Amino acid sequence: MASNNQTEIIAEPGKQELFIKREFEAPRELVFRAFTDAEMLVKWLGPCNMKMRIDKHEAQAGGSYRYVHIDPQGNEYGFHGVSHEMLVPERLIRTFEFDGLPESGHVVLETARFEALPNERTRVIIQSVFQSVADRDGMVQAGMEYGVKESHQMLDEFLAKQLVN
Amino acid sequence: MALQSRRDVFQAIADPTRREIINLIAFNPLNLNSIAENFDVSRPAISQHIKILTECGLIVIKKQGRERYCEASLQQLGEVSNWIEQYRKLWQAKFNALDDLLEELKAKNKKP
Repeated sequence: MASNNQTEIIAEPGKQELFIKREFEAPRELVFRAFTDAEMLVKWLGPCNMKMRIDKHEAQAGGSYRYVHIDPQGNEYGFHGVSHEMLVPERLIRTFEFDGLPESGHVVLETARFEALPNERTRVIIQSVFQSVADRDGMVQAGMEYGVKESHQMLDEFLAKQLVN
Repeated sequence: MALQSRRDVFQAIADPTRREIINLIAFNPLNLNSIAENFDVSRPAISQHIKILTECGLIVIKKQGRERYCEASLQQLGEVSNWIEQYRKLWQAKFNALDDLLEELKAKNKKP
């Protein structure tokens, strides 16, 4: 059963960073493990209608990773980066680059912080720092092309309406 | 048809030059020459970007006398720029899956 905990996105206009906040009904060590263990990652990190493949996964500092999401048509969407710090069970710092962009070099610095809360609960705050405001807005939108079913449906409906009118 | 259009919109705004073009004309329609003056790339390249943006409905070209002005289609952009809520839904779906996994792990840990 999913909890009722809500995901919060903080992305102020004109800034080149965004935050993702979420609380979990599980102790910090466990949540941290779900973020760093390859077997666990494939069970939740992929968008709901896609398979996820891990080509490489070295969570420790200096290691690198490459994950691939595969849609039902077999299209692959890869991303990769380098781990900068793994401070168990408090903090993960790594770079992130989406392979699907028209040019390479648009790299994001990601920091995930894991805060222990009372009653064996955990708060996770992920900060993503982009190279520019345009990178932030554009990459999130580009990344969502494959990521969000709801947005696709919304946009499909919108475009269908445009075609009718 | 709708599927193809959707892909085009996201591909269109994934390109930094095209995003700059949209920003440039968002509140102020410009003709092709005035747009091209703002970029280092060639005029034909800008023309190609504008063609792509026109094809997916992000900008419309309006004739005024002999000049052709490019205007941003803000209604369409408004739908796309609602990205924070869409992004939130994407992560909410992933984290809901993580909730399930954490419940499984907690149950396993409780067993002797």
